[in-house]
Amino acid sequence: MSADGQPEKAKTTYREAMREALREALSADDRVFLMGEDVGRYGGCFGVSLGLLEEFGPERVRDTPLSESAFVGAGIGAALAGMRPIVEIMTVNFSLLALDQIVNNAATLLHMSGGQLPVPLVIRMTTGAGRQLAAQHSHSLEGWYAHIPGIRVLAPATIEDARHMLAPALAEPDPVLIFEHGSLYNAAGELSPPATAVDIDHATIRRPGTDISLITYGGSLPKALAAADELSTEGINAEVVDLRTLRPLDDEAITATVARTHRAVIVDEAWRTGSLAAEISARIAEESFYELDAPVERVCSAEVPIPYARRLEEAALPQTADIVAAAHRAVG
Amino acid sequence: MSLARNTRSRKAPGTPKPAKTAAKKTPTSKKSPTSKRTGRTEVPAAGPDAVHRMDLLAAMLRIRRFEERCVELYSAAKIRGFVHLYIGEEAVAVGVNEALYPEDAVVSTYREHGHALARGIPAEAVMAEMFGRTTGCSGGRGGSMHLFDASRRFYGGNAIVAGGLPLAAGLALADRMRDQPRVTCCFFGDGAFAEGEFHETANLAVLWNLPLLLVCENNLYAMGTALERHEAQTDLAMRAASYGMVAWAVDGMDVEAVEHAARRATEAIRGGAGPHFLEARTYRFRAHSMYDPDRYRDKEEIERWKTRDPVNQLMDRMREDDELGDEELTGIEHRVTDEVDRAVETAEQAPEEPVEDLLLHVTSAPAEAR
Repeated sequence: MSADGQPEKAKTTYREAMREALREALSADDRVFLMGEDVGRYGGCFGVSLGLLEEFGPERVRDTPLSESAFVGAGIGAALAGMRPIVEIMTVNFSLLALDQIVNNAATLLHMSGGQLPVPLVIRMTTGAGRQLAAQHSHSLEGWYAHIPGIRVLAPATIEDARHMLAPALAEPDPVLIFEHGSLYNAAGELSPPATAVDIDHATIRRPGTDISLITYGGSLPKALAAADELSTEGINAEVVDLRTLRPLDDEAITATVARTHRAVIVDEAWRTGSLAAEISARIAEESFYELDAPVERVCSAEVPIPYARRLEEAALPQTADIVAAAHRAVG
Repeated sequence: MSLARNTRSRKAPGTPKPAKTAAKKTPTSKKSPTSKRTGRTEVPAAGPDAVHRMDLLAAMLRIRRFEERCVELYSAAKIRGFVHLYIGEEAVAVGVNEALYPEDAVVSTYREHGHALARGIPAEAVMAEMFGRTTGCSGGRGGSMHLFDASRRFYGGNAIVAGGLPLAAGLALADRMRDQPRVTCCFFGDGAFAEGEFHETANLAVLWNLPLLLVCENNLYAMGTALERHEAQTDLAMRAASYGMVAWAVDGMDVEAVEHAARRATEAIRGGAGPHFLEARTYRFRAHSMYDPDRYRDKEEIERWKTRDPVNQLMDRMREDDELGDEELTGIEHRVTDEVDRAVETAEQAPEEPVEDLLLHVTSAPAEAR
């Protein structure tokens, strides 16, 4: 405890918070093991699992070949046999090599078996652009996974969620996909112990407001918060909603925020066509049509494979200025 | 590393089982008393046993008659969907299953009626599944291609060629991590060799020394495409051996040869020898599925393979050795037909799941909570 009697806050990063979550999971339950590309000797493609091999050994921090389909499928099989695997895939782009296992097995076994075969598996991967990694390392395909019944899709946007979302994910009896935006790993801040458990059933409001709702998740949250700050200087009081769970979507939270502000901007780093932003827009049209004082705005990535060149990459992605501009259009 | 070996001779050298194997087997085996009533653990090739042969014959006939009834029911539109028949391949499921214990795991394909029945899933539960009824082994949500039985560690029923292989590696990995002396057996067809998942899994299995028995049912066709038209190198056992695992090819029309090879493999795997590959050279007498007009193969080829019918071959051998008379055969046929009749009858009368239950089992949470 600090001198003022408040719990001490620890300086940490999103990366360290995630590592601490993994360490806690591996310590708490011997059925848990981490498996994936470079998670052991290398310390994780993004340094998340650095040191865990030394602590838990090569059986439980298990390096895999670059065989996404085989090691994701092996995670499914191990989960069926009573283990609690955490599978790491370097990026969502690579997860497409395991799409068959995720969609045809992980998401469907419970149903096809008439409820006999739950798959308690956690798959973590990075998503998103912003680091000049070009098209094959930069896409935001979490919306594709959110399309699929039978899996839960999470997007931790804050250090707190990075630290505390893994435990409830592991407690789920069904497959959970966790999307970590690559640009968040270095995000630093203070983590207050003891944090409450993260609620993975509901969206959360990161900033309350009255004039407009900025609905977003994951790597776009810091941009939405920055946009809200900028709007506040103009006297526009924006509410920022962090969806946190992309499937199942928290319909009630979306309806409630629109009922409060009557205007909505959806910020989603995926492409606009067929995106999660499209789904949320449709739900607002279905559920909240008469609450709206302006058309729903969407800020998404340009319809282009994400380019390498810095200036072009920045232009392709939703930026704070784009969110502010969309809000201006809505407020009119 | 071992070279691919060929154990096609049914008179393969009999290796007397060490006493500890017998001691280990007895308390763990919970198979049906008929298939285990002799209490023998010797492989038949080491000395045929009339009672054991009778069990093998009954098990194959059971699958054969079950599927012949499926054809009638399909024609009568009582069962629908894709139905892939196993007729001609019965020796593989029956022979391999003889080497497995109840605590072992089985992963199968869309042509899995035979595997499911040999594994001990009641014919009633399989038939009810074909009818889409709640009493089916997958509650009517899987159908012919997705038979599951968690209590018998039967994990499908996978309709994606090679899709079950990584899953099987994971089941084996869990056993290995917990020091369970169990085997995971994965059935797949020759078509799986063209998929990356076979090769990824073989690599992983050897790297991690997984207790995995890979059983390739090489029936010479990937759907309608002949082996030499879908594989650049058709010696499958050799290719599997290239990963550093023990790989054998065996006559898949000879149930005793399959059993013998499978026993050798499972015993080695239980002893920690890592993954083994068994190529069962077999043939399906029927088309790929009920939709398939079967235009891609010669009638003579089918007839030639039919002369090697696994059921007839075993019956001939038993007759030769004075182990099977008309009376015994009639008895088996009656038992098997009765069982299939009963399965059809109960399936027809079984309830259909109410539409209100449609959203059950999408996630483990109750439907309204999603």
